[in-house]
Amino acid sequence: MSRRISYREALREGLREALLNDPRVLLMGEDVGRYGGTYAVSKGLLDEFGPDRIRDTPLSELAFVGAGIGAALGGLRPVVEVMTVNFSLLALDPIVNTAALYHHMSGGQFSVPLVIRMATGAGRQVAAQHSHSFEGWYAHIPGITILAPATVRDARYMLAPALSDPDPVLIFEHAALYNMEAELGDEEPVDIRSARLMRDGSDVALITYGGSLYKTLAAAEQLAMRGISAAVLDLRVLRPLDTGAIVALTRQCRRVVVVDEGWRSGSLAAEVMARIVEHAFYELDAPPARVCSEEVPVPYARHLEEAVLPQPEKIIAAVEALLGVSS
Amino acid sequence: MIEFRLPSLGADMDEGTLLEWKVQPGDILSKGQIVAIVDTSKAAVDIESWHEGEVARLLVQPGQLMPVGTVMALLLEPGETAADAERYQPDARLPASADAASAGPMQSGPVMAERRAVSPVARRRAGELGIDLQGVSGSGPNGVVTLQDVERAAGAAAPKDRPDGMRHAIAAAMSRSKREIPHYYLAEPIPMARALDWLAQENAARPVTERLLPAVLLLKAVALALRRYPEFNGTFIDGSFHPASRVNPGVAISLRQGGLIAPALFDADRRHLPELMRDLSDLVKRVRAGSLRSSELSESTITVTQLGDQGVESVFGVIYPPQVALVGFGRVTERPWVEGGKIVVRSVLTASLAADHRVSDGHRGGLFLAALRDLMQQPEALDAAPSGETK
Repeated sequence: MSRRISYREALREGLREALLNDPRVLLMGEDVGRYGGTYAVSKGLLDEFGPDRIRDTPLSELAFVGAGIGAALGGLRPVVEVMTVNFSLLALDPIVNTAALYHHMSGGQFSVPLVIRMATGAGRQVAAQHSHSFEGWYAHIPGITILAPATVRDARYMLAPALSDPDPVLIFEHAALYNMEAELGDEEPVDIRSARLMRDGSDVALITYGGSLYKTLAAAEQLAMRGISAAVLDLRVLRPLDTGAIVALTRQCRRVVVVDEGWRSGSLAAEVMARIVEHAFYELDAPPARVCSEEVPVPYARHLEEAVLPQPEKIIAAVEALLGVSS
Repeated sequence: MIEFRLPSLGADMDEGTLLEWKVQPGDILSKGQIVAIVDTSKAAVDIESWHEGEVARLLVQPGQLMPVGTVMALLLEPGETAADAERYQPDARLPASADAASAGPMQSGPVMAERRAVSPVARRRAGELGIDLQGVSGSGPNGVVTLQDVERAAGAAAPKDRPDGMRHAIAAAMSRSKREIPHYYLAEPIPMARALDWLAQENAARPVTERLLPAVLLLKAVALALRRYPEFNGTFIDGSFHPASRVNPGVAISLRQGGLIAPALFDADRRHLPELMRDLSDLVKRVRAGSLRSSELSESTITVTQLGDQGVESVFGVIYPPQVALVGFGRVTERPWVEGGKIVVRSVLTASLAADHRVSDGHRGGLFLAALRDLMQQPEALDAAPSGETK
């Protein structure tokens, strides 16, 4: 039976299911226990599963991400919550230098079945340090899988395949999505390899992920009212990228706009565009375009923050430029 | 450096539009390999290579219209490298109107700046459709030509272009023929009873799809008669006759949209009848689909036309230059026939010969038609491979 739940509740259900199904699963991170998680994702889990499995950690990402790697190597299936992506920079060494490389460095003797969750993205007036979108950086690293659940369904069901993966998986939850609600059926398992077409169209392909998905869908809706048929692809998995889906939609629409909250230079959008040019150049009716964040620190003031981030109006303007029409 | 040039595939071809390359730089070409598909006024033709070598540079872009003789590609000779090809300047026989828009990346420096903006998918599609991008207006930002523009242009151009072009081409070739070739005409009735009886017997044992048509017997008989009278099989070029070493009759095939093509049936004199039948069916199918090989258009040595299906009793054709003869067949009719002093009813077909008086005389033409008539009286012998010949 379908029911309406929030992205936050969906994440909690996914965690609860994992904790119930597998005694090796534990959740650790800052304030995940008594406080219930900075974004209240783990609220109630300490009471249900106890302090051995829902562990509050000291304020040291370097230490507790490292501990998570040790636990994974030791046979557990830890889910490590890092409060926001900016704090994950303190754990870059264990993530990039240890977790991502251990399988390789040990000659295949050890893999690190670790899941790291963290909030990412801007749009909540929390100022420059807490508004980053570094998932594109992480997607640069071989040896780890990068997920960006944008839907309630993915929030609910991505954790299970992530935990089944023998190698590290990083899940980036856009902080603006926690309160979003949607209908969810009883069983809608998902994979962590493919992109998903969210809206079909024929004139332009809008390719996006995470928090930008809803801005992109809103733009597609407005474009439809002007007679422009825009398809919307949710990448879902940022590493490995679903190149096949990207190319297929490019072939179908011949024009592409990539929407990515990361900064433009060296962005994930840049990688998506590069693949389009590599694999679908002769399918294009226009150069691939992108809508990214302006290359400045994300401002605190609401109107400035909004001006810096991708917005439906910017997406529409980019589409109109590709089509040579103006509103 | 070997220059691969657009060949003339017949007297009526003086230009062609590149539709598609079938090779790319680095490919090793063998003789007979298909290099490109070129749209002539008659059909999309697979152009075969008559050279061997490595493809170094492609000098023409799909969509480009080029006169016969245009250097389309450069092939490396043994010992040459790609760098040699880069430096090589082919003879300037590119069309004067080889403008920036359609000439593509081989043009350098300042010309590139004026290159017309055509989206990649539009350029590719224009190549596939044989659309000249010069005539396509762009609706994209800053006048970029888009896929939609090309498809719109194709929709406007496609239905009438080829028949018009073909009419023009046939007009040019036939005018030249009548201007240059002193035709003489002969006709001879051919009793068909034996051939038709033999065919009926032969076909009774064959599945419907493999049945032989009278046309195949006639073609084989023409081919064998030509071996005895080679002055009807060849070309007249630059004031002299060049007998052909092979017998490749071009079979005139009419097109539904009007016009005709006469592609070659290779070595018809050496083929068994079932083989010839298969080749003929295949040729008709491909002509109607507009898919022919360049050698089929350029290497026919005589033309055979049959208008019997249209109900005419005899046909006196116009020779297709530079060939020197054309054999025509009319309809099989029942006629009163005198045999052994009695009048009997016989199935008869009129064979005609139009021949070039610069090359042959009526006496030899008469002997040729008589040989043709006699060959048709021994249908079983037509199926045998010619004796004493090397395959």
